[in-house]
Amino acid sequence: MCAQMYYRGKMFGFVHLYNGQEAVSTGFIKLLKKEDSVVSTYRDHVHALSKGVSARAVMSELFGKTTGCCRGQGGSMHMFSKEHNLLGGFAFIGEGIPVATGAAFTSKYRREVLKEADCDHVTLAFFGDGTCNNGQFFECLNMAALWKLPIVFVVENNLWAIGMSHLRATSDPQIYKKGPAFGMPGIYVDGMDVLKVREVAKTAIERARRGEGPTLVECETYRFRGHSLADPDELRDPAEKAHYTARDPITALKKYIIENKLASEADLKAVDKKIEEVVEDAVEFADESPHPPRSQLLENVFADPKGFGIGPDGRYRCEDPKFTEGTAQV
Amino acid sequence: MAAIFQGVGAATALSPSNSIASKKFQLPTRRSVSARKRGIVLVRSDGSLNLGLNSRGRRDQPLITNAVATKSDGSAASTASKSGHEILLFEALQEGLEEEMDRDPRVCVMGEDVGHYGGSYKVTKGLAEKFGDLRVLDTPIAENSFTGMGIGAAMTGLRPVVEGMNMGFLLLAFNQISNNCGMLHYTSGGQFTIPIVIRGPGGVGRQLGAEHSQRLESYFQSIPGIQMVACSTPYNAKGLMKAAIRSENPVILFEHVLLYNLKERIPDEDYICNLEEAEMVRPGEHVTILTYSRMRYHVMQAAKTLVNKGYDPEVIDIRSLKPFDLYTIGNSVKKTHRVLIVEECMRTGGIGASLTAAINENFHDYLDAPIVCLSSQDVPTPYAGTLEEWTVVQPAQIVTAVEQLCK
Repeated sequence: MCAQMYYRGKMFGFVHLYNGQEAVSTGFIKLLKKEDSVVSTYRDHVHALSKGVSARAVMSELFGKTTGCCRGQGGSMHMFSKEHNLLGGFAFIGEGIPVATGAAFTSKYRREVLKEADCDHVTLAFFGDGTCNNGQFFECLNMAALWKLPIVFVVENNLWAIGMSHLRATSDPQIYKKGPAFGMPGIYVDGMDVLKVREVAKTAIERARRGEGPTLVECETYRFRGHSLADPDELRDPAEKAHYTARDPITALKKYIIENKLASEADLKAVDKKIEEVVEDAVEFADESPHPPRSQLLENVFADPKGFGIGPDGRYRCEDPKFTEGTAQV
Repeated sequence: MAAIFQGVGAATALSPSNSIASKKFQLPTRRSVSARKRGIVLVRSDGSLNLGLNSRGRRDQPLITNAVATKSDGSAASTASKSGHEILLFEALQEGLEEEMDRDPRVCVMGEDVGHYGGSYKVTKGLAEKFGDLRVLDTPIAENSFTGMGIGAAMTGLRPVVEGMNMGFLLLAFNQISNNCGMLHYTSGGQFTIPIVIRGPGGVGRQLGAEHSQRLESYFQSIPGIQMVACSTPYNAKGLMKAAIRSENPVILFEHVLLYNLKERIPDEDYICNLEEAEMVRPGEHVTILTYSRMRYHVMQAAKTLVNKGYDPEVIDIRSLKPFDLYTIGNSVKKTHRVLIVEECMRTGGIGASLTAAINENFHDYLDAPIVCLSSQDVPTPYAGTLEEWTVVQPAQIVTAVEQLCK
């Protein structure tokens, strides 16, 4: 639907779709409490939805409307939700990992310094294979293991960083092996099977909750579409794509459910229909939502708008009513 | 402070359009305005009420027209409360930090060697013993990541103070400071606040070499969403540190390597300095000299010479590097009509360059001469002492510039 809307001109810029990787997001995030935090990358629509942000809020944000989860100011790559503890949405890779480490640090701080004994919030940091060659990744693995922070580092290894194959970019392509080098367990899991991911996620999250420290989980997964909607996706071998499309996590789960008689075909069709309705409703809502007005331009630059300073007339600029309307001069 | 002037309403008395012969009526007018100030109740936000009282108390002091603060002396603040205590600048920073950590358990410190070592400039001395290793966190040498960690902690409810052992090291944290620190409040639509303080010593020291002598204020000034302040005396160091920690905005506090051992008598009471305001160091009539951090002392030294030569410079320590306090600066320009900016930043794209543009934009009609900006040479700071001396602005150059300007 996002792609359709993009090609119809409802959204612009960079949009990164998550098709094919859904098992990782669902497997991990559905085990979290509301107070646990999730940090993601630009490929964050599904992480936002899994964490509990409403489809309407996400779609509006993609359309750049003021009813979006970030008031239209973030966009596809910067989904934030304070209510659901989604800490972003970062455009530069690796940038979110230190932020996730900070959230985990807060959890430990609250338990040990502020003496909130029941604070066992866990943070999940999602990132890709390309990020695993970045300095911030290694620096944070070190700090998390050093201070036993309640964090799980989830690598969504889809083998491709835009057009750079993971094997061409990494000296040792087995990322999970880099965990033990820093003193934390490194687990490898089939990221196309949601139940396997969920099992591994359970151990990792429980370990973090108990205060035993971080875990590095590498999920073998694949994105069915290009890196972004602007990516022609010519470099990837069609045979490789076919191989992974056959392992589509949603179809696989459907098959599993039907084979094990957990639900009937009719039930699943009803679920499909419901999802379609939610999506249609979200698109309609986003379409009808208003664009942000001019007055919103300068509203959230500072938490304390005195930061805009004192103007030549001696008053704080933010006291000028024309200020956030953007008609005053900054 | 801004609201006070609003309440006074007699703004014209403070900024006469004609500066000649203003000396006679300027002083008494200001004094009477100050007297009126005492009665005004500041209706402003948060803790500003308390601080207003103290800094107003300072301004009520008789204006000392030929007081020139030397390096060991303080500004007018030294006579503020006779019962105050003498303190060195790094101790003032430490006092401010400790008081804020006592006051709010969410305030924590992160940086290299801030804990057991006490800070490479002793600003965090004794804090780890008092507050524990988690509250005063010794980090590994990973500026980008621990600054990012500070930002993540700030987003989730803590109030971290991140120390760069030398401001130059924060270049490694530029990614986090630019992308996350300044931007996340906005891109999250106002959902997350980042009440972080990033501080560290910068500036040209004594033959520290090029990489340890950087002035990062010019690199950070374009980042939207952050505030930058520079401290220069023990009084404003403690005040700005406390204000920065209490502020909901991300604040970068610039200290200077050579100013840590300045001694001054500061009040015993709790006080903070307004983050957005400039400080009037020495009122005058002939020329406005705008400066900050270490250059304030070079300017005051030059002022001594200038006074002997018959000039009357007005010296303002701008303190707030972003945003500029255009009110104090503007009033001064309207009075003297001549501006000299003395800074330690590089010539190209420095704070002085921005300030020149801002003054030209806002107060062009009041200027009698083009703004002169004295900055450091556009050169990586050399090691040799003589060369290093010529990189930064020296008092003699300031004197010459004023003489030129006032011709």
